[in-house]
Amino acid sequence: MSGYFKELFGGTKSLFVGLGITFKYMIKPVVTVQYPHETLVMPPRFRGHIELVGDEETGAPKCVVCGMCQKACPTNCITLTGEKPEGGKKKVLTGYILNFTTCSLCGLCVESCKFDAITFSRDYNLAGPRKDAYIFDLKKRLEEKSG
Amino acid sequence: MTLTEPWRVLAFLVGIIAFVALNAAYLVWLERKVAGHIQGRIGPKEVGPFGLLQPLADGIKLMSKQLLVPKGVDPLLFKVAPLLVLVPAVMSFVTIPFGENLVARNIDIGLLMIFAFASVNVMGLLLGGWGSNNKYAVISAARAVSQNVAYEIPMLITVVTMIMLTSTMNLNEMVIQQGGGILNWHFFANPLMPFAFLIFFVCALAETNRAPFDLGEAESELIAGFHTEYSGMGFGVFFMGEYANIIIGCSLAVILFLGGWQSPFEFLSDQGLWGVFWFLAKVYFLIFCVMWIRWTYPRTTLWGLLNLSWKILIPISLLILLLTGAMIKVWPLITGAS
Amino acid sequence: MNDLARSPNQETFVLNLGPQHPATHGVLRVKLTMDGEYIVDAEPVLGYVHRMHEKMGENRTWVQFMPNTARLDYLGALSYNHGYVKVVEQAMGLEVPERAEYLRVITVELNRIASHLLWFGAFVLDLGGFTPLLYAFDDREHILDLLESVTGSRLTFCYYRFGGLCNDVDDDFLTGTRAFIKRLRKRLPDYHNLVTKNIILINRLKDVGVLSAEMCRKYGATGPVLRGSGVDYDVRKNEPYSVYPELDFEVPVYSEGDSMARYMVRMDEIDQCLRIVEQALDKLPEGPVMAEKVPKILKPAAGDYYGAVEAARGTFGIRIVSDGTNIPYRMKLRSPTFSNLSLYGEASRGLLLPDALALMGSLDLVIPEIDR
Repeated sequence: MSGYFKELFGGTKSLFVGLGITFKYMIKPVVTVQYPHETLVMPPRFRGHIELVGDEETGAPKCVVCGMCQKACPTNCITLTGEKPEGGKKKVLTGYILNFTTCSLCGLCVESCKFDAITFSRDYNLAGPRKDAYIFDLKKRLEEKSG
Repeated sequence: MTLTEPWRVLAFLVGIIAFVALNAAYLVWLERKVAGHIQGRIGPKEVGPFGLLQPLADGIKLMSKQLLVPKGVDPLLFKVAPLLVLVPAVMSFVTIPFGENLVARNIDIGLLMIFAFASVNVMGLLLGGWGSNNKYAVISAARAVSQNVAYEIPMLITVVTMIMLTSTMNLNEMVIQQGGGILNWHFFANPLMPFAFLIFFVCALAETNRAPFDLGEAESELIAGFHTEYSGMGFGVFFMGEYANIIIGCSLAVILFLGGWQSPFEFLSDQGLWGVFWFLAKVYFLIFCVMWIRWTYPRTTLWGLLNLSWKILIPISLLILLLTGAMIKVWPLITGAS
Repeated sequence: MNDLARSPNQETFVLNLGPQHPATHGVLRVKLTMDGEYIVDAEPVLGYVHRMHEKMGENRTWVQFMPNTARLDYLGALSYNHGYVKVVEQAMGLEVPERAEYLRVITVELNRIASHLLWFGAFVLDLGGFTPLLYAFDDREHILDLLESVTGSRLTFCYYRFGGLCNDVDDDFLTGTRAFIKRLRKRLPDYHNLVTKNIILINRLKDVGVLSAEMCRKYGATGPVLRGSGVDYDVRKNEPYSVYPELDFEVPVYSEGDSMARYMVRMDEIDQCLRIVEQALDKLPEGPVMAEKVPKILKPAAGDYYGAVEAARGTFGIRIVSDGTNIPYRMKLRSPTFSNLSLYGEASRGLLLPDALALMGSLDLVIPEIDR
């Protein structure tokens, strides 16, 4: 019988304690970020999709078309093409396509690059109605950014 | 101001339906706000200032949706069930005194009538679940019925206690007896009354299928219980019925224990619209408590509810009934009053 | 078990719980044979998110398989990364710098707290309480912010490399972690008052879904499920790896075997994780975070290697077979929740539907990890 009353009073008390806690949190300020109106800045190491890095002076891509990133990618989402211009020694990038639909954002491509020619974007507001919106032409993006 | 009979009925119907619809809409908004702040969020805020137009948007959305009648359901039961939840709730408002003179029908057996209508509510849930041709809905319907058995007994015992105390079943009369300040409320009539109030309140939660007793629509077990298959306004009417029942439950608690439309202090007026104000203020405070409870506790199981009912609520409510009866009869003998 | 559920003449019906059901937290389907609300038989049906991770392992280089390990259990990804790098390092004979080992422990334990916090919220949500989920998410968000600042990602961290880490942490991370420990220690009593001591929750979990140690052994259950049944087994203690032997922590064990015991094991583990992180922060040595002689192309010597770590849900074992090339010959992943779930059929027999769902919640299932 005493166990019954103990449970009754203990249980009732626990219920009121619970109410007290939710009340305490109710009068605390809200913790959410009102997303479309406020956005957070991603930390410097944030792994977004990749971007080409342009040369600081010329704005041309630093990429030398060695193809290491293509080889490192587990999902084959990078396609790059280059050609040797007439009279030039080095290959020049002609196209860098990232198929973001299969990218797993692992960052192995950036790690494999010895020329710091690719970097992570800090853009995370990615949404679109069609699949082809995520076949990024990174060379074009770089040209748009620099010029 | 007195109205002739047909006008009185019309005024009541329009008034009550508008009251229920408006409350259902804005209690959803309030619930979302309360839940939001309890959880450290804001709740609706995009549609209109403070999200105040959100219920309107939700209502338009629900009404514009097709009322799907899935294959294999019993079409008649399926369509009637939501009405069986809403209509009795609306009917119960007939005897609720909102103010000293603001009551649609001042019936002498008002309390009995409310409980008669309240028991139809379960019928709606049962038929809706049964007619849906969905296993989750059938389980939910069975739960709703067994739940009904669990909470109605202690609730009625408590109500009988109150009838003994007031010797009337007329709701307005009960309120009038509690006039003259907060200490005259039945909540303070004797030391047992706070416990009686607690029991009544717990049973009202179970009656309205609110957490922690929302066994019927336990969303993590039964998807949405009896209204799993309902879309558009079919669901909307269930929802309105649920909120109308909450208002009824809280109104009864206010009338029985917290002085109805009487003001808490004698120097504050409770005439005319002030009475309505005090009544609604108390009702909304209880509704807030209902929401607060919902967003605090996990759900009980059916066994938990039965244990609570048979091991705790029924013995205690019987004890209160007995002691109150003794007090009414014995106390005058001791003090020597007539 | 009630008599009705046992009687063969009783009319039963089949209830499909899932693949889309709020309580399965993913695409798990459980075929329940029910007698009223009693469960006569339960048969988990798997494979809705099967992605052939083991087969993928046989078609990728050792490095390229790394992101896959984070996608098994996306709530405790670092433990799985750790298991993988550990076994490959073992195969390659690589020495990991001490600082890297300490940082691995710190990040893994933070990840374990995040995983347990999410489980705590989702479990109470299964029981019908919504609010604790949001509180737990609030705390978990702090952990994810910390981990994101060092790893660059919030779920599929992919932070470890063979021989160390991909980059060192900064001071902000260290101070942030200490602040977080303080914050969580302040909030845990609230969780206990709001949830653990709540009479409704106690009544729902006490003596419900009892798993005996015998049954856990039979099905190979590990982690908090096993420790909730009174078996003191934790890979971190029994087969110590990394720098765990140098850290002082306890393994919470409860002998009741009911859902409450599993709940308590996880809640106590959060405390212990905080202790581990605190000590590791104190002892964190200076130095490099990457071994010096890591070959560019990994080719472990031909052979058969096995390694296990204690993930948030139990023992994660990984067996690799190398034929000496840069592509694995065989990759076998032993995921803990697969074994933990397999006892569900037997354990849920005779339970009521809500109790069976409480039992399922207390197993802490992550479906992509079961299906792999």
